Amino acid sequence: MVKEVERAGIPVVHIVTVVPISLTVGANRIVPAIAIPHPLGNPALNEVEEKKLRRSIVEASLEALTTEVTDQTVFPVK
Amino acid sequence: MSKIKVVHYINQFFAGIGGEEKADIKPEVREGFVGPGMALNGAFKGEAEIVATIICGDSYFAENLEEAQKEILEMIKPFSPDLFVAGPAFNAGRYGTACGAICKAVKDELNVPVLSGMYIENPGADMYKKEVLLVETINSAAGMRKAVPAMAKLALKLAKGEAVGTPAEEGYIAQGLRRNVFVDKIGAERAVDMLVAKLKGEAFETEYPMPVFDNVAPNPAVKDITKAKIAIVTSGGIVPKNNPDHIESSSASKYGKYDISGFDFLSSADHETAHGGHDPVYANECPDRVIPVDVLRDMEKEGKIGSLHKYFYSTTGNGTSVANSKAFAEEFSKELIADGVDAVILTST
Repeated sequence: MVKEVERAGIPVVHIVTVVPISLTVGANRIVPAIAIPHPLGNPALNEVEEKKLRRSIVEASLEALTTEVTDQTVFPVK
Repeated sequence: MSKIKVVHYINQFFAGIGGEEKADIKPEVREGFVGPGMALNGAFKGEAEIVATIICGDSYFAENLEEAQKEILEMIKPFSPDLFVAGPAFNAGRYGTACGAICKAVKDELNVPVLSGMYIENPGADMYKKEVLLVETINSAAGMRKAVPAMAKLALKLAKGEAVGTPAEEGYIAQGLRRNVFVDKIGAERAVDMLVAKLKGEAFETEYPMPVFDNVAPNPAVKDITKAKIAIVTSGGIVPKNNPDHIESSSASKYGKYDISGFDFLSSADHETAHGGHDPVYANECPDRVIPVDVLRDMEKEGKIGSLHKYFYSTTGNGTSVANSKAFAEEFSKELIADGVDAVILTST
């Protein structure tokens, strides 16, 4: 789906846990997620901490969307 | 001649330990065969035997690629196997990736012949087919009865150092290797034969299938994110409570388009996950863990992004065919463009 969105001309970032799969499939902008059942969360944290974590992943995604790339690039979460 | 010693790798499901709720189990080793290992052992017809089985949770492996491989290699070493077999994984994505990865590690670190089996669309297939022989299976465990004998036959060949035939002969996924062979007719004759067959509407087989390159160049970056309309797309199967469109938990035949304009965040009261490929508990408790509506809404209010698009698009990534996924995205991308969406955040579980 990521490639079709890209093909349509819309910049897209893939938030995904198993980054090697996304790389093989061909996503250009990739942000690593936390875990398969909760990519943008961590049930071990309290609500406030979890939202902070989620926000940091979204921030990395916005950085990916605003950065020019020529090759597949993984944008780590800070 | 002593029996060929085999170590077998399977996941938590085929070991009978549990389903998704046990996908996080760490690797463990048991003597002899477990689960489908019984059939595989039988198919060796006394020439080889499974001396040990490694069991590992699919999510644990996928989320701890390096450690899991290290731990598992240490578990395999004491058995000094002559052969290592993983799976078959059919269309299970994490399992197929794990099978490919652990086979490659065993081949590289322990210098033991390796073999696995999976469906051609399994992400593990594209990732590992060049380095690991992968018997081609259908997309579900209903294919176990055919997969096991094919794997046993090829496995014995590898263990005995016998020559391996073509993908078509042995039933494995083509690795893209070229081997020179002598044939009776010269190229010109073969080409004309093929052309005549084609013109007559008769069957013919190409000697060289054209490779499919499907890379898409990255689009230019968003110039001003504070003015951008961002849309959410997900393969995590988030849907309104009770899944009104009945999006399948696996092999989705459709996608949904859902209005989130009234929501500052998603909760278990109004949304749930349809995805059947992993433990749904965490996504059901807090759907924002799969699509970050809460954070994007905050950012919209703060002016960090222009706006969060009122619709999100959702389907289940679990075993959904490449063809369907392409078709869904092709279709809804047209709507995204018509709606003036500037960028997409696509989340996967």
